[in-house]
Amino acid sequence: MSEAAQQSTASPLTTRFDGPAPEWSIGRDMVRRGLLAGPIIVALCAVIWGGDGLWSSLYGVAIVLVNFALSAALIAVGARISLAVMMGAVLFGYLIRLGLIFAAVWFVQDESWISFPALGATIIVTHLGLLAWELRHVSLSLAFPGLKPEDPSATVSPTAAPPSDNN
Amino acid sequence: MEAFSIVVQQADASDQQNIEAAAGAGLAYGLAAIGPGIGIGYLVGKSVEAMARQPEAAGMVRTTMFLGIAFTEALALIGFVVFILLKFA
Repeated sequence: MSEAAQQSTASPLTTRFDGPAPEWSIGRDMVRRGLLAGPIIVALCAVIWGGDGLWSSLYGVAIVLVNFALSAALIAVGARISLAVMMGAVLFGYLIRLGLIFAAVWFVQDESWISFPALGATIIVTHLGLLAWELRHVSLSLAFPGLKPEDPSATVSPTAAPPSDNN
Repeated sequence: MEAFSIVVQQADASDQQNIEAAAGAGLAYGLAAIGPGIGIGYLVGKSVEAMARQPEAAGMVRTTMFLGIAFTEALALIGFVVFILLKFA
């Protein structure tokens, strides 16, 4: 890489984003849609697995929504510090969230109301369904940005320290 | 004495089955978490590179990155569901 190209690239260690985080708006959208679609999934599980399925499905929907919200929060907070911190937050956050999901299931494994097939089906269907729904919305707004309502506060403002001389 | 040895044999077989089920479930979950871990690392690394090169496109990059992370994570969740079905159900 030439010296000019190196100087035009901001350092990931010092670049941070102070503006509103797009992850928050996506996460909020997904939680809102999860609250809309959740009762349908819960009702389906209640029909298939009965009362145990109902409670297990509710628990599964809660796990998925909390997982999305936590993921968005970690990325948003990390990006406010620096890109390198954001990357660390994503990777360690992945491990932490997998551990939290495991702990959430471990704590209820002996409860009388738990139905593992209902819980598993709910986690997979809710996670993939909400993602597909959000992806459709995001891809449409990226493909037709003119149709997207303008939000003046939604501009991301990068803040980068000048490259140091010893680079 | 003979009845006692039969009971011991049955208990051993049951324990062995439990150990094998736990090992299989743990292996399934562990293997299922490796791929998404690599995928998320690669995805975020490339996104950070893109944002550092072109900060004005950071909003779009972060949006697609977040969705990509969630999709990649779905693989780990599927592995986790296999794990809970093998271990607890």
